Parts: sequence; structure tokens; C-alpha cells
Amino acid sequence: MKLLFKRPRSLREIPTHYCPGCGHGIVQRLVAEVVDELDIRERVIGVAPVGCAVIAYDYWDFDCSEAAHGRALAVATGIKRMRPENIVFTYQGDGDLAAIGTAETIHAANRGENLTVIFINNAVYGMTGGQMAPTTLLNQKTTTTPYGRRADREGYPLKISELIAQLPAVRYVERVALYSPQAVFIAKKTIKQAFQNQIENRGFSLVEVLSPCPTYWGMSPKEAMDWIRDVMIKEFPLGRIR
Amino acid sequence: MKKRILLSGNEAIAEGALQAGCCFYAGYPITPQNELTAYMAKRMPEVGGVFIQAESELSAINMVFGASSTGARAMTSSSSPGISLKQEGISYIAGAELPAVIVNIMRGGPGLGNIAPSQSDYFQATKGGGHGDYHCIVLAPSTVQEAFDFMGVAFDLADRYRNPVIILGDGMLGQMLESCSIAAYGLSNSSKKRRKDIKKWALTGCKQRSPNVIKSFYLKEGDLERFNLKLQKKYKTIQETETRYEGLYLEDARLILVSYGTMARVAKAVVSELRKKNKKVGLVRPITLWPFPRRILQDLTATHKRISFLVVEMSYGQMLEDVRLALEGKAKVDFLGRAGGGIPTEKEIIRFIKNL
Ligand SMILES: Cc1ncc(C[n+]2csc(CCOP(=O)(O)OP(=O)(O)O)c2C)c(N)n1
Ligand code: SF4
Repeated sequence: MKLLFKRPRSLREIPTHYCPGCGHGIVQRLVAEVVDELDIRERVIGVAPVGCAVIAYDYWDFDCSEAAHGRALAVATGIKRMRPENIVFTYQGDGDLAAIGTAETIHAANRGENLTVIFINNAVYGMTGGQMAPTTLLNQKTTTTPYGRRADREGYPLKISELIAQLPAVRYVERVALYSPQAVFIAKKTIKQAFQNQIENRGFSLVEVLSPCPTYWGMSPKEAMDWIRDVMIKEFPLGRIR
Repeated sequence: MKKRILLSGNEAIAEGALQAGCCFYAGYPITPQNELTAYMAKRMPEVGGVFIQAESELSAINMVFGASSTGARAMTSSSSPGISLKQEGISYIAGAELPAVIVNIMRGGPGLGNIAPSQSDYFQATKGGGHGDYHCIVLAPSTVQEAFDFMGVAFDLADRYRNPVIILGDGMLGQMLESCSIAAYGLSNSSKKRRKDIKKWALTGCKQRSPNVIKSFYLKEGDLERFNLKLQKKYKTIQETETRYEGLYLEDARLILVSYGTMARVAKAVVSELRKKNKKVGLVRPITLWPFPRRILQDLTATHKRISFLVVEMSYGQMLEDVRLALEGKAKVDFLGRAGGGIPTEKEIIRFIKNL
């Protein structure tokens, strides 16, 4: 009998705390698969964010560190500079990476740190109960934009990937989404490339993943995936940015 | 081989750190500690370490968090406003039980204050500073030589207890030049060895061991309380074993000056001046501000009746509170302090004592 599907070695067998239909579980599995396939489990060091993925280190079966909210790329810089032989990545939400951690993100990118960044854009703050994120769409309702996000008050969705793609030291920026099995496949390939870049010492690589938060979008898991495909990618176009 | 050279306090701290095996420095410019950052920028590449000018103090302290989590001897330095920004990171370092050394070359506050030497960050350094029930070990050098020597002590304490250690100096100490005896340039074998010590908890990749996690987050019912109790036990051990102070004329003194750091230099001059006139004065100079040397103060009140204390600080009475707590009302405590530009002078203190 041929084994077609199994739990990656780098993923622990424990119950998930994520809501049904959440994208975090999918991406954390993809990271674990990529780590296995590149055979770097004994070399990799993950940096978890503050956000719904705060206990990512409970799922991944390799060395990990926490980081204060927004500081993952500063922590990762310290780790990678001391241990260039390790493969160091951060996994961060949009509040973490593009609001409170904007300075850390831009400057780690601008220094061209040889790091891999997995950026989960779900257009809300999940962990704190569905507030506006820097990436919240115009007119999108959240607990802190109960009448919808307004450009004249809250500004426009922040496209941090496009911003950092302009920096000369940045190597690789690509946006992917989780709305279908094919899209998930592309996401995995892209994540793998971002790790491969680091293994080859090519510098700063970031993958932005448009990821469903059915709970705070007030949708079913299926509706959330469709919303990414039909609405979100119009604001955040997919593909290679750099 | 030892040699004597002229160094500023800032440079002595940096060189002392390197010779203690520090191989990671991240910082952000601020007066009056810029010589320290510049020294590290120049010397770190020479000794094969890492220097980063971070985009902010927030980032610098979190880079130190990362470097320290790999087991490296890592440090940062700043002055008061920058240290305020670092409090978040220091709390995380304490919560994740990471060793790290943080240097604060204090200036006048609050707010942007000024760049005059001051001791106004005593509360912040010794009472926690950031959020949560934690303590940093705080060492207060008083000379350039001590600034150099205490770096080795600081890194050893940080490693032994997996705890942040603060070096609390001030702009005067940072800027003043004094002759300092150091091991010849070029790192000794022991400092090189200390850099390579791999700690079993460190993040190095989970080769032939189960994965390590560095974190301060305890979600499960009861876990955080258990962790906090463990921290409290550690702090008690530190209080019992690591308290340091210098005492002068404690056998027969009737008036004890209590001062630390730069201020203690002036207090010492006062004591020797008054001793010439056969006045029975003495000095307690706390070297560790946390743990605070309360026992010596208590012992002094127990053995000498009618002893009194004069706390002299470059602040408006911060260490004073620890002295009062230690004495529990059993002795008279007076206070003289200035901050924001002025430092109590020898004359001022003597006049104050005469009027007591
Ligand atoms: C300094 C600080 N401020 C605020 C918080 C509260 N907080 C926790 S997670 C979070 C935002 C999470 O949103 P995001 O980064 O988008 O991740 P998600 O939960 O959506 O995956 C906030 C504001 C915190 N933990 N620390
Ligand atoms: S709140 Fe949203 S992001 Fe958080 S676990 Fe639930 S679905 Fe996922």
C-alpha cells in the first residue's frame, strides 16, 4: 500500500486551538512540510508572533522562540547574526508585522537580513477579538470600525509587501492566498522558495499569505475562502512582487 | 599580562564586556553613552563579534533577546530615555529567563530631561521597570576600573541565574577618564572559551536532542503561578548570595552616609575630610542596588545604639526608600539629593551634616 498523506515530522500530534476554517493551521502545516522536504528540521529556528499564532511553537517540532508583539524580526536578526548556520524564520500576523512591528519589519528588510518571513494577512486582529488591522479593507466592518473602514479616517489598507519590495536589499517578495487546494499548493511552493533562498544565502525573503479568519469575518469557512478569491485579492493582487 | 591605560567609563564598560566574552552588541545612539556604542562598532569586528546599530531601542533590546536565546553573551547600552523604551524587552528577557546585560548611563529626567549626570532611574532599575513580577540584578560601578571589572561579574551573574543584569552608571562615570588596569588587548583564552559555551537550553537547532523553546507565555491554568514562584525562589537565592557593598569606618561610625556610583565618590571625600577632624562618620556604598544590601544597615542599627544615616543621591530620594525599608524606623534617616544638573558637592554635604 502506498502512503499518500501523513503528518509531517516537524508537526506535533496535538489538538489545534485554531477556529474551524482558520488559515493559520494550514500555513503552519505547510511550513512543517517544507522544513521536512528541505531536510532542515535540525537546523531551523522559528520565531512565533503575538497573535492567534502565539503558540506556534507548540505545534512545530523544532527549536523556536517567542517574540514580543511586533518584535519578531528584531529577535530573528539577533538569532541569525549569532548563528548564520541555522535557518531562521518569523511567522507573523498583519497587526504584528505591519502595525506595531512596522519599524522592525522595514529595517530588517532594509538591512537585507538573510531571513525568511511568513506574513499572515487576515485583514483583522484575530487574537484580540476582531479589531481593525492595517490591512483591513475599505468598508470592512470590525469591532473598531463598526461602520466600516473609512479612507478619510483610518487610511487605506497598508500594502507592506509592496513597500518593502522597493528596498534594494530585499531579495524576494511574493503574495499567495488560501482559497482553494491549487492556491494552497502555490503557497507551499512559494514558502519553500523563501526557505531555499535563505539556505543559499540570498537574503531577505517574505511571503504574504492571504488567510481566512471566518470567526471575525462573520462567515462560514467556505464563505471566507470565497471572500479571499472574490474580494481580498482585488485589493491585494497575488504573485511575485519582487 | 595586565596593562594600565586611560579609558573613559563608557570605553571601559565596552572593553570589559568584550573581555568577558560578550560577542553581540546592539544599540541606538544617545548621549551620554555614545562612546560605548562607537567603541563596540570598532572593536566587535576585530574580535569576531556582531555589532548592530538598531533602528530603535525597542529593536536593540529584542535583538539582544534573540542573540541571547542562542546562548551568546549579548548586551545593549543606552541612557535613560532609551532605557525606558527597552523596558518591554527587559520584561520579556526576565520572563524567558535569558541572560543579558543592559547598561544605563543615566541622564536627567523626566522626559527628554537633559544630558547632565543623574541617578534618577534607580526606581526603574531596581523595582522591575517593565510589567510583571520580576527583578534585574543591578550593579553600580563607582570608578572606571569598576566599570571595567563589573562587566565580567555582570555576564557571570546573568548566565548563572539566567537573568537580566543592569549596569547602572551615570553620565559623569561614562565620560570621565581614569587609568584602568586591563588584560592586554586581544582576548584571553578564557574569554574566548566563555563565548563558545553552549547552553543546553539555547536555540541551536534540535540536532540530537528534543526541541528547545524560549518563551515567557504560560497559558495553562496554574502554569504561570508556578513559574512566578520559581522566579521568586531564584530572586531569594540572589538576595541571599549576591548582595555586595563597600563599607568604610563601620566599626565606630555614628553617622553613616549611604551613597552609590558617582555620588559615593563625593561621599567618600566627605568621610575622609570629617575623619581628619575626628568626626565618627562612615560610609555604606551599595554595589548591588538590587539585591539591596539591607542586612548591613540592619546590623549597624543592632550593634550601635544612637546611629543615624544620611542618604546622598543624585535624585530626589529614590534609594532613600530602600534605606528606610531596611531600617524599619529603627534609626534616624536624613536625605540630601539633587538631580537635573547639580551634584551635591563635598562642601554642601559637610554643611548639611553640620546642621543636622
Ligand atoms: C504590546 C502589546 N500590545 C497589544 C497586545 C495585544 N495583542 C495581542 S495579539 C494582537 C494583534 C493580533 O493581530 P495579528 O497580528 O493580525 O494576528 P492574528 O491574531 O490576526 O493572527 C494584539 C493587539 C500585546 N500582546 N502586546
Ligand atoms: S480568530 Fe481568526 S485568525 Fe484567530 S484562530 Fe480564529 S479564525 Fe484563526
